[in-house]
Amino acid sequence: MSWIKDIVSPKTRHWEEFYRNRFHHDKIVRSTHGVNCTGGCSWNIHVKDGIVVWETQALDYPALESSLPPYEPRGCQRGISFSWYLYSPVRVKYPLIRGALMDLFRDLKKEKGNAYDAWKALQEDPAKRERYQKARGKGGFRRLNWDDALEIIAAANMYTVKKYGPDRITGFSPIPAMSMISYAAGSRFLQLMGGVNLSFYDWYCDLPNSFPEIWGEQTDVAESADWYNAKFVAVMGANLGMTRTPDVHFFSESRHNGTKTVVFSPDFSMVSKYADTWIPIHAGQDGAFWMAVTHVLLQEFHHEKRVPYFIEYTKRYTDSPYLVELKELDGKYVPDKLVRANRVEKYVNIENGDWKFLNFDELNHQVVCPSGSAGHRWGSKDRKWNMKFRDGETDEKYDPVLSLLKDHDEIVQAEFTEFASSKTWLRGVPVRSLKTKDGRIKVTTVYDLIMAQYGVSRGLEGEYPKSFDDPKYSYTPAWQEIYSGTGKETVKQFAREWGKTAELTKGKCMIIIGAGINHWYHNNLIYRAGTMALMLTGSIGVQGGGMNHYVGQEKLAPVDSWGMMMAGKDWQGAARLQQTPIWHYMHSDQWRYDGNQSDYNTVPENDLSAQHTADLIVKSVKNGWMPFFPQYNKHNFEIIKEAEEKGAKSEEDIKQYIVDAVKSGDLKYTVEDPDDEMSFPRVWFIWRGNALMSSAKGHEFFLRHYLGTHDNAIAEESAKGKVNDVKWHEKAPRGKMDLIVDLNFRMDTSALYSDIVLPAASWYEKDDLNSTDMHSFIHPLSKAIAPVWESKSDWAIFREIAKKTSELAAEVLPGKFKDLVNTPIAHDSPGEIAQSGINDWSKGECEAIPGKTMHDIKFVERDYTQIHQKFISLGENVKNGLGAHGNSYESADVYEDMLQDAKHLSRLENKNYPSLKEDEEMCNAILKLSSLTNAGLSKRAYVNAEKKTGLSLQELGGDNHIHSVNFKDLQAQPRRYNNSPIWSGLMHKGRAYSAYTYNVERLVPWRTLTGRQHFYLDHEGYIKFGEHLPTYKPSPTPEVYGELKNSVVEGTAKVLNVLTPHGKWHIHSTYGDTLRMLTLSRGMEPCWLSEEDAEEMGIKDNDWVEVFNDNGVYCTRACVSARIPKGVSIVYHSPERTYSAPKSETRGRRGGGHNSFTRLHFKPNLLMGGYGQFSYHFNYWGPVGVNRDTHCVIRKMDKVKF
Amino acid sequence: MVFHLDKCIGCHTCSIACKNTWTDRKGAEYMWWNNVETKPGTGYPTKWEDQDIYGGGWEKTKKNPKLKSAGKKKGLGNIFFNPKLPAMDDYYEPWRYRYQDLFDAPEGDDQPTAMPVSDITGEVMTPKSGPNWDDDFSGSPDYARKDVNFKNISKEEQEAMFMLERMTFFYLPRICNHCLNPACVAACPSGAMYKRGEDGIVLINQKKCRGWRFCVSACPYKKSYYNWKTGKSEKCILCYPRLETDQAPACMHSCVGRIRYLGVMLYDADKIKDAANTEEKELVKEQMDIYLDPFDEEVIEQAKKAGIADSTIEAAQKSPVWKFVKEWGLALPLHPEFRTIPNLFYVPPLLPTMASTANNIYESTSDSLWDSIENSRLPMEYLASLFSAGDKEIIKQVLKKMMAVRIHRRNKTVGDMPADESLKALKDTGLTEEIADAIFRLTSIPLYDERFVIPPAHREEAIEMLQDTQEYKGETGLGFTEKPKRGL
Repeated sequence: MSWIKDIVSPKTRHWEEFYRNRFHHDKIVRSTHGVNCTGGCSWNIHVKDGIVVWETQALDYPALESSLPPYEPRGCQRGISFSWYLYSPVRVKYPLIRGALMDLFRDLKKEKGNAYDAWKALQEDPAKRERYQKARGKGGFRRLNWDDALEIIAAANMYTVKKYGPDRITGFSPIPAMSMISYAAGSRFLQLMGGVNLSFYDWYCDLPNSFPEIWGEQTDVAESADWYNAKFVAVMGANLGMTRTPDVHFFSESRHNGTKTVVFSPDFSMVSKYADTWIPIHAGQDGAFWMAVTHVLLQEFHHEKRVPYFIEYTKRYTDSPYLVELKELDGKYVPDKLVRANRVEKYVNIENGDWKFLNFDELNHQVVCPSGSAGHRWGSKDRKWNMKFRDGETDEKYDPVLSLLKDHDEIVQAEFTEFASSKTWLRGVPVRSLKTKDGRIKVTTVYDLIMAQYGVSRGLEGEYPKSFDDPKYSYTPAWQEIYSGTGKETVKQFAREWGKTAELTKGKCMIIIGAGINHWYHNNLIYRAGTMALMLTGSIGVQGGGMNHYVGQEKLAPVDSWGMMMAGKDWQGAARLQQTPIWHYMHSDQWRYDGNQSDYNTVPENDLSAQHTADLIVKSVKNGWMPFFPQYNKHNFEIIKEAEEKGAKSEEDIKQYIVDAVKSGDLKYTVEDPDDEMSFPRVWFIWRGNALMSSAKGHEFFLRHYLGTHDNAIAEESAKGKVNDVKWHEKAPRGKMDLIVDLNFRMDTSALYSDIVLPAASWYEKDDLNSTDMHSFIHPLSKAIAPVWESKSDWAIFREIAKKTSELAAEVLPGKFKDLVNTPIAHDSPGEIAQSGINDWSKGECEAIPGKTMHDIKFVERDYTQIHQKFISLGENVKNGLGAHGNSYESADVYEDMLQDAKHLSRLENKNYPSLKEDEEMCNAILKLSSLTNAGLSKRAYVNAEKKTGLSLQELGGDNHIHSVNFKDLQAQPRRYNNSPIWSGLMHKGRAYSAYTYNVERLVPWRTLTGRQHFYLDHEGYIKFGEHLPTYKPSPTPEVYGELKNSVVEGTAKVLNVLTPHGKWHIHSTYGDTLRMLTLSRGMEPCWLSEEDAEEMGIKDNDWVEVFNDNGVYCTRACVSARIPKGVSIVYHSPERTYSAPKSETRGRRGGGHNSFTRLHFKPNLLMGGYGQFSYHFNYWGPVGVNRDTHCVIRKMDKVKF
Repeated sequence: MVFHLDKCIGCHTCSIACKNTWTDRKGAEYMWWNNVETKPGTGYPTKWEDQDIYGGGWEKTKKNPKLKSAGKKKGLGNIFFNPKLPAMDDYYEPWRYRYQDLFDAPEGDDQPTAMPVSDITGEVMTPKSGPNWDDDFSGSPDYARKDVNFKNISKEEQEAMFMLERMTFFYLPRICNHCLNPACVAACPSGAMYKRGEDGIVLINQKKCRGWRFCVSACPYKKSYYNWKTGKSEKCILCYPRLETDQAPACMHSCVGRIRYLGVMLYDADKIKDAANTEEKELVKEQMDIYLDPFDEEVIEQAKKAGIADSTIEAAQKSPVWKFVKEWGLALPLHPEFRTIPNLFYVPPLLPTMASTANNIYESTSDSLWDSIENSRLPMEYLASLFSAGDKEIIKQVLKKMMAVRIHRRNKTVGDMPADESLKALKDTGLTEEIADAIFRLTSIPLYDERFVIPPAHREEAIEMLQDTQEYKGETGLGFTEKPKRGL
């Protein structure tokens, strides 16, 4: 045995100092990356000689249960590249303005003597306006000083407010959770002004509409540590290795603890490597597979085996025992609406009887009205909103009848539609006859309808499949083969293993799902199909189970306190929060290029489903389902002035004046005429996002209609004659926007196309807060160094804009003005039980009643001279209490406490307020006032929830001390949240957060019509669009989608389905332009092709190719790989136009990005509103910006020219 | 060192952690001391595993192993011309972008864009290769199909590997192996290379190196790189400044897949020469015999005699590497046939089960919850070519053990697998329930200090050999740092 010895003298090792010197650093500061990746990773930023040199992951997350793997390290290849940006050549160091605009403005200012008149003159001269609009994106930037930049912005703000009204000032910034103070900076400013905030989660198509449909919840999911608790995981549409990089270890580690993993992905993706079984399902066809899985589960585990856990769960936690009317339509019975309690004599006079529902009781076979419905939630009686199996009216105990199979009056052959092949089936359904005030009706349970819909005959007559192997009838394993490309034996084995695992573990089956599914046109149906298999096996609301959707960092955990401050509600009431997809659809004129949705949307034929989306949007705005700004074709202040001139004395009078004016047509909604000059959005602030490229669906139409510059679209307009309620102008306007201001730390495409670029501090240069649904900690962004060059934090920039705007207001618009704000009927408010059917007041179908049959109208006082002081002061409305999602708690004492802190006060009109001037003050105010970070407030919220529910809940809260963590605590170590009733998961004692455990364990209802999880969606619009039952609908075909009409397929070019999933080397467009990521990839975002397709097209690996359709073109190079299936091409989201973008051969100009070939197409049933969980809430509800069904021509480029 | 490939994400966070800290400077642009490769694939530099091209590593001879192509004599003859060196095309031509054009372009008729330009010539270029050019590729004529590890696999089987039913890939992260029989050290004509006694780190003295680049050609893993600016070669230093301060190397700290383990292995230096010169099929076994049991009383006694600190012996006893490599036999050296006796071990990946297709319908079913590892997507020959000098049995045993642990844990946490199946799986692979649980714990729920057991560096002792430590305390950092200069 011998040992290695040093054979060199220690002296010769002196040189080792060389690398030691490199490693020395002067300080380490905790920060993170404010990028919409959902990672929320805590990082240590190393500073040496005053320069950020590198970053390493922080490892000090508080531990969860010892049986779980820890949360360390968190952070990926992209995050660790961030320090490259700080001093890089793409860094925006100074304010920039386009030369064309600057010259025009300066000349006019000289002429007119001041900035306001100069801006006015510029906007009122069409030739000059066109001159700088056409220069957008074409170079010619000049450095500007801060004062001059702020002067132009203030002039544009005040000119717009004065001339058109504040609802023509708009701002877009995505995903507040990633840096919530920076988001709040712009939104607080805009809302104090009366401007408009654009939503993002729906726009990004990250909102899973199925969540509000089923649970009344925007999104709530398990933190990634809970994946480890699952024993069977199905992954679809989520490439965990690629996009959940810091979390995927929980998945791989669960495998070694005996968890089975199945991955669905058309390409062999990074996560497929972890699969026990990889299923290369046909792109977008996952829904068909899951319909068949549920068919097997219903047949074997529900009907044959009647697994007690599954049956009990289904009875208690889902709408399955609820009664549905079978209605006769054209001689056939079809499922209609849930039977309302007030239709039967026993409950005929109860409060909110239209919003309470019925079950049969197992004991006495009579109807009961279960507690916990929306009617109970918003009723005057306390303690009725729960899932206790008690009648909400009589308080009697009951046991719900799940199925009428054993106890029915007759079997009715009801009609069910299969949309894939446009067939209908008559299937036997057990019904009972129920006496109502409208006579006897036939009723069945949701559970019985589900059995029939899925084709499980249970011995009943009708067009039911005979076996799993019967391919003729929906939805058998054999039926789905043709759609999914996956064999029936695979479905059977999958379903049986799934069912058995859930039975033995009480629901530890999990779906992890993402944008790869959610971006399809019929995403809500695919999600529902998968969710059915979870609910029927009791796998929702249990640890290790769940529908875990991770698309976007939507979870802003302390939303209770933050929500108030970001919307300026500490000062004033209503906010202007816009549903972005419909806003862009109308304002960027994409509706003009869209055909009738029923051409590509598979819907039953009826009056509602046959309309053009634009007309349905008009209906949705008038009916108060959706917001739309600007509101009217007149200045809002003017409308009020007119009303008062005509004798309106009170706000009620003004409301009535407006109702009369819109009824008579004297006053028009802008949504009815978006191409009229009065309808244009005028000023657009963009911050923290790449609004003109990476999220700009229909990017080329933005360039054309918003910016008025060059574009590559050749699409034909096709809405003429198809729209009735929207005014058609023969010529669509170009260049609607007066001014686009971008706050940015890097020169991305949005910066490149904006009029003014303001240098924003990066994520290592400002104080802010970050939260995510991937874990349950809150942690900070911190200033490792001061903002570099002339950059400032977003908070400071908007504060300065507010200051300059207020100063100008004192000159041009002093005084107080009454503004009117149209608000849609809101989810989680008493108003959500508004419209039990679809009636359009503008068509004379009902009375126009604000807040009930139409949108509400609210009033806000504006004083533009006070915007700045209000911005930096916390208003007194905080004293009235805070809350979210229908929960509330008292907060006046916390506000008083803040006023005692003399170091952090501001003054307005001789009164003290807590100061929000500095970023850190804003952070501390949020932490102090949120139930998530202030334990005493959490306790109060539970006490209030007890009152509403009659359940025992307060032990879930913290102690009674009003004590919160502060910003400096977070800089020392990330902190875990308190339990809070505003969220549906529980996390005390180190348990991993899993959504809906609060509902399942504590019997608190979901925020839905019945208070249960919904299998059945009985909104009239859903019935008319054929989505009341879980179903399968085929993807729209390229022929009817209308995007390839003018694009020529020549030579060896081919049409492929172009998918744009999230990529490995960037988060959206961020990081994609760093040298690190470009070096480790191909130096640009390539277009992935299968070997077969590439060969047919004569394309070799790394050849230059064009990807185009009528909307636009993207030029890139090819990656040819066997891991891509034939017929599909992948361009990972999201390329930039700012690097490596050559000129297109087919269109002549420089190629664009992946959004150059997208255009908006909506599902109109997602517009419905005023109906329980189908009610608007910002980022919660409405059509989403789908893009997965896009097809393009791909051809090899002959010559490459930059 | 152990890298658990079943857990590897292929994210490259490790590569950038390393680059940010050590090679983010002129002359080092193209160096990736840590890189990650997609397998099957050709890697970086391209086809580095093919020693017919590069001639790295050692050859067996009758008595002692001999450097394959850079033996002292042969090497000196070639001192000004080293034909086996990888050239720029084998690495890649570094490039950047003209971002400044976005700010400076005058107003024109179309939008400006930052064009890619060569770091070498400054001309506009289309990149044709990079340090990770075939990332996530799997089957492709230019890359995966040229993987040298296919040499023992028939053409038909190779083609089948790129069909839907068998298609797969995995990742292979690589750093310097800090070998026991380092070819780079042996090949260095300047005596600039050495293996540190206290921790086994192989280093290139930046003062002594004269840039002959024999380390580059001799290293069969191509983990030594020439810095064109300083004229010295550089390589992974296992972050000794971090190790000396009880921190894991940057690549390991940042490993977000949590696949990396670091710990002490005691070994018998007398056995190195023979182990490096044994028959190919004995290579793995012989290498394993070098490592000494840190719990063995005799080993402890001898170690103490040799001046090994108690703290180091304790660290060896807690070493996760000892467990994976010796106790459990789950981790294997990469290309042991290169005979450098690498100190980095890999747990091979489990991959999805094979499927079948008929009439364009894809079926993936199995008789039990998990298919047998024989039906795994990658042929055993392939993994054997990487990790066991071609011995399929070794690979099979490792994969079976991993599956046995999974079956055992499934049985414990769900109970839907027959108990006798679980017992049989354990018995067949020589595991007990206790060991299976220990493997599971270190694989699934290890904390940072269980993954990285770093013995104290006792810097005070090392410094004492040069200077009084107390004096050093007051002086450290003072003085002028100098960059390495070309030549001596």
